[in-house]
Amino acid sequence: MRAGETLRLLFRGPTAIVAAAVLAVLVLTAVLGERLAPHDATGTDVSSRLQAPSGDHWFGTDELGRDVLSRVILGAEVSLRVGAVAVGISLVAGVLIGLLAGYYGRWVDDVLMRLSDVLFAFPAMLMAIAVLAILGPGSTNAMIAIGIVYTPIFARITRASVLSVREEVYVKAARSAGAGDLRIIGRHVLPNVTAPIIVQTSISLAFAILSEAALSFVGLGTQPPDPSWGRMLAEGRGFVEQAWWMAVFPGLAIFVTVLAFNVLGDALRDVLDPRQRQAMATSGATR
Amino acid sequence: MTRYALRRLAQSVAVLLGVSVLVFAIMQLVPGDPIRAALGQQADPETYQALRERAGLDDPVPVQFVTWIGNALTGDFGVSFRTGETVLSLILERVPATLSLAVAAIVVALLIAIPLGTLSALNPRKPVDWFASLSSQAGLSVPDFWLGIMLILVFAGTLGWLPSAGYVALTEDPVDWARHLILPAITAGVSSGAILTRFVRSSVLESLGQDHVRTARAKGMRARDVLTWHVLRNALVPLVTVGGVQLAYLLSGVVVVEYVFAWPGLGQLAFQAVESRDYPVLQGAVLLFAVIFLLVNLLVDLAYARLDPRITYRSAR
Repeated sequence: MRAGETLRLLFRGPTAIVAAAVLAVLVLTAVLGERLAPHDATGTDVSSRLQAPSGDHWFGTDELGRDVLSRVILGAEVSLRVGAVAVGISLVAGVLIGLLAGYYGRWVDDVLMRLSDVLFAFPAMLMAIAVLAILGPGSTNAMIAIGIVYTPIFARITRASVLSVREEVYVKAARSAGAGDLRIIGRHVLPNVTAPIIVQTSISLAFAILSEAALSFVGLGTQPPDPSWGRMLAEGRGFVEQAWWMAVFPGLAIFVTVLAFNVLGDALRDVLDPRQRQAMATSGATR
Repeated sequence: MTRYALRRLAQSVAVLLGVSVLVFAIMQLVPGDPIRAALGQQADPETYQALRERAGLDDPVPVQFVTWIGNALTGDFGVSFRTGETVLSLILERVPATLSLAVAAIVVALLIAIPLGTLSALNPRKPVDWFASLSSQAGLSVPDFWLGIMLILVFAGTLGWLPSAGYVALTEDPVDWARHLILPAITAGVSSGAILTRFVRSSVLESLGQDHVRTARAKGMRARDVLTWHVLRNALVPLVTVGGVQLAYLLSGVVVVEYVFAWPGLGQLAFQAVESRDYPVLQGAVLLFAVIFLLVNLLVDLAYARLDPRITYRSAR
């Protein structure tokens, strides 16, 4: 399907449009960061600590007098960066593993998929914690840990698609025309397995942002004084009865971001999965 | 079936071997001396030497691995660097708390999923379906640690109905045990409930289109009886297996929820082990979670193969 047609189908319904708009605003917020923040996000002012939301501080202030809105704005950059880099790591590693396993089959497939099974046997959060126990806490290491956790899912999805594509006539034709493996994989296989990978990328971004927030919440991800939504929640937890705003707004930011990625992922799946696409076309249903 | 079961069992054993290599590697990959990292530079030399010998760190790595895995097979995961207690006893102490939380969470998930998924399937493209779809999407996206804090804020802080954290053993005071369990169980059960709602919806929708349902309706059977005896009975059988997978996720996925509610389970033990660099405890907890996860998945696959003979044929080919 052409990109134009995909986009037209994707944005037929209002939910995908709203999700895309929310994500566009988030990306813009992350890019503009400090220029958009009304106050200094890291500067402390004990005289105005734990102030409720007001005209001057829309989201109130924290226990050190820092503006919560400014910290939420700067936290967008951290969350999106960690999420994007982590998914980038798992995307590159997983797709490469899946391509090799699916295309070459036999012992290459056996070895790579059993390794993937081993990684898959660990519950995601626990795997990330174990990796961070070795590497030490911090946002860079959190990216690596989350990247490792989500690699097997990309490997499995890619391999499954490659298994069917490699039997297609055009791949056999390219092979009989004397094309090398690298050329066949790059020119004929990879472009035809992108649809499920795109869908998985959107869904994984949601879970990566959630994982980063969870790791920062328990003190293993982004470290203070950097504003991270998970870290802010952890700080707000201790003051939840005196200053609800400290926990409510960073949590809402995580929730809205993850929801937007999930909704967009679902909409992409509807469009890129031919069975769903056909159902949409016959029923005229939109999301 | 037997051939499939044996093949699936052999796969699980192979994966378990790989898992144990990775868990063993935790101690090897820690930069520097893991015991020095745990005890600090001022540690008593005798304690340090005793722990080093007990952990066998002076042996060659392959010997260490064989000894470690041999001991692990007999339930000996070593001793805690911090407390000197055996890892097994520390883990066993925590099992009841984690198990009760995971089971309560799956009950919450089913209480959400069965009514909501069924109503949604019976009213496709109507407001209730739209509401179920939105709730399910929201349930999947809400961070459990944030939901936990919000529940504490409302039900413990503002209303004062329930305790904000802690654990009471069932044998000690059943009522207080239940009161402490409600908020963590809701927190942990919401995302599983969201996943199961989608499953129940599609399963009921599929069941509604079956010939025997149409026949029952044509016979003039009451709508409620058709739903109870023909639709739900068939639609909910596969829920046993999907629920099993969710329980496996919950057993190992309640780590952060335990942290929020100071729930003394295995997840909290793992966190404490990371904080205090108590690597044998971390290894024991991670290995146990992975084994539970593998075991439940194996049982679910076998149960599914028993329920659906096509699985067996496909795999045996």
